[in-house]
Amino acid sequence: MATAIEKHDIHSQRTTIRRHGIVTRVTHWTWAVALFFLLLSGLQIFNAHPSLYIGEQSGFAFDNSVLSIRAVRGADGNAEGLTTLFGRRIDTTGLLGVSGPEDSRVYEAFPGWLTVPSYHDLATGRVVHFFFAWLFAATFISWFAASLINGHLRRDILPSFSDIRGLPGSFLEHLRFRFHHCRSYTGLQKISYAIVLLVLFPLMILTGLTMSPGMNAAMPWLTEIFGGRQAARTIHFVVMLLLVGFFAIHIFMVFAAGPINEMRSMVTGRYRIDGEAAEGGSER
Amino acid sequence: MSRIIINRRRFLTVAGVAASTLPLAGCDALDGMLSSGATARDVMAKANGLTYRVQRFLIGADGLAKEFSESEIRQGQRPNGSTDPTDATYIALRVAGFAGYRLDVGGLVDRRLRLSLDELRNMPSRTHITRHDCVEGWSCIAKWTGVPLSAVLDEAGVKSEARYVLFRCFDTMNLGLSGEVAYYESIDMLDARHPQTILAYGLNGEPLPVANGAPLRLRVERQLGYKMAKYIRSIELVSDLAPYGQGKGGFWEDLGYDWYAGI
Repeated sequence: MATAIEKHDIHSQRTTIRRHGIVTRVTHWTWAVALFFLLLSGLQIFNAHPSLYIGEQSGFAFDNSVLSIRAVRGADGNAEGLTTLFGRRIDTTGLLGVSGPEDSRVYEAFPGWLTVPSYHDLATGRVVHFFFAWLFAATFISWFAASLINGHLRRDILPSFSDIRGLPGSFLEHLRFRFHHCRSYTGLQKISYAIVLLVLFPLMILTGLTMSPGMNAAMPWLTEIFGGRQAARTIHFVVMLLLVGFFAIHIFMVFAAGPINEMRSMVTGRYRIDGEAAEGGSER
Repeated sequence: MSRIIINRRRFLTVAGVAASTLPLAGCDALDGMLSSGATARDVMAKANGLTYRVQRFLIGADGLAKEFSESEIRQGQRPNGSTDPTDATYIALRVAGFAGYRLDVGGLVDRRLRLSLDELRNMPSRTHITRHDCVEGWSCIAKWTGVPLSAVLDEAGVKSEARYVLFRCFDTMNLGLSGEVAYYESIDMLDARHPQTILAYGLNGEPLPVANGAPLRLRVERQLGYKMAKYIRSIELVSDLAPYGQGKGGFWEDLGYDWYAGI
């Protein structure tokens, strides 16, 4: 398929191929929109009870807290943002717990610019979250089915033995900002995408379902595998942090590897790869 | 050809720059779309109907909420929402130890009932240890004792046109300009008939405390806490939720929360 539309530019030894199929492009942008809203509505929901625990329940008469973000009254009488992580107390005034200008403080775990709506509204946060959760999960199932059938999963996502063997080299190349624009993903890309698509995405959906009392009745094994409903809520939060971390690196890599070529490949599908002579490993 | 590519590149650059500013400006800009009654919010809220139908399909009529052992009760049940109703009738009942309390069961029933606490305690009872999940995000495990709602419904005889059970409560919530608004809730007949759905008068082996909804509160174990009306004054079998409150089927529902709270 790729050869049919290849366009060789003799002068610059460059070749344009069709890199991303329509399913990859549509699911990519649907996920991008859905995850944007899921993140901001999720932080709104977190703000309603800004504490995370291990186990089934939340300890009020005992301590099973992992993380809490609160506003407390400081020694000088002013409100301070106090984040407690595994019992370690961290002053996060201005960012978490207490934020906003001195004369109009906001006493929320995550500040308004990180939530939808920007003001405290759990009901609307839940409406937004569950709408995009359906969109996210439906997109995931469509992508998974299509990628199984058309071979995308086996060909482009699942790392081969040689990909894993070449991982240290691939990692070093990325650190040196030497990017090879090839037909297929590098080993590091494959492993990153495999972790996000096949581990983090399903984990997000399953821990989300585990928090639903209705789904607990339908699938009691859900709370068993995650160690309780509150543990699932904690894992949901940690996976969110991992996805935000992936997003940051992902965007950085797009810019480092050539934003126009990369963006074009995810919009139109067309991608310029290095000429055959350059495939050996020299810089582009 | 090259001109087209340059144009496309220029377009993508501009689009990329524009897109990258979205997260910065996005949050306040989205508030209008998400305010009460806005079209975008109403469209997104329809997802709750999908959740309701899919969960009903997956759980089945009698799928049970998980039950726990005594050793997993590690704390008292955390009270939430109203904890001490100020209604004059309620205070008079409370002072007299709820001796004069009568649960009124009416609406689309064959026989209207007025049941005292003793009569309710003499009906079939059920005790289970379950996890209470609050919409805020926390959970608490406690032991609940009460009469299955289905037993009360059978006693009254439910007419075939009844589709929901409506619970009216003694407690009111202060909504600022709207003043005090009485708490109410509703569930469908399937949840009403579920074996774990009880009118609870006992908590952790003791009579139900005032802070947790004395003398009688609802337990709907496959949904979130706000469905489980406290301080129940009366029960009404209805065919439509629109005539009650703001028409959304409950106090919190009228404020924008989903009617189906299995999620």
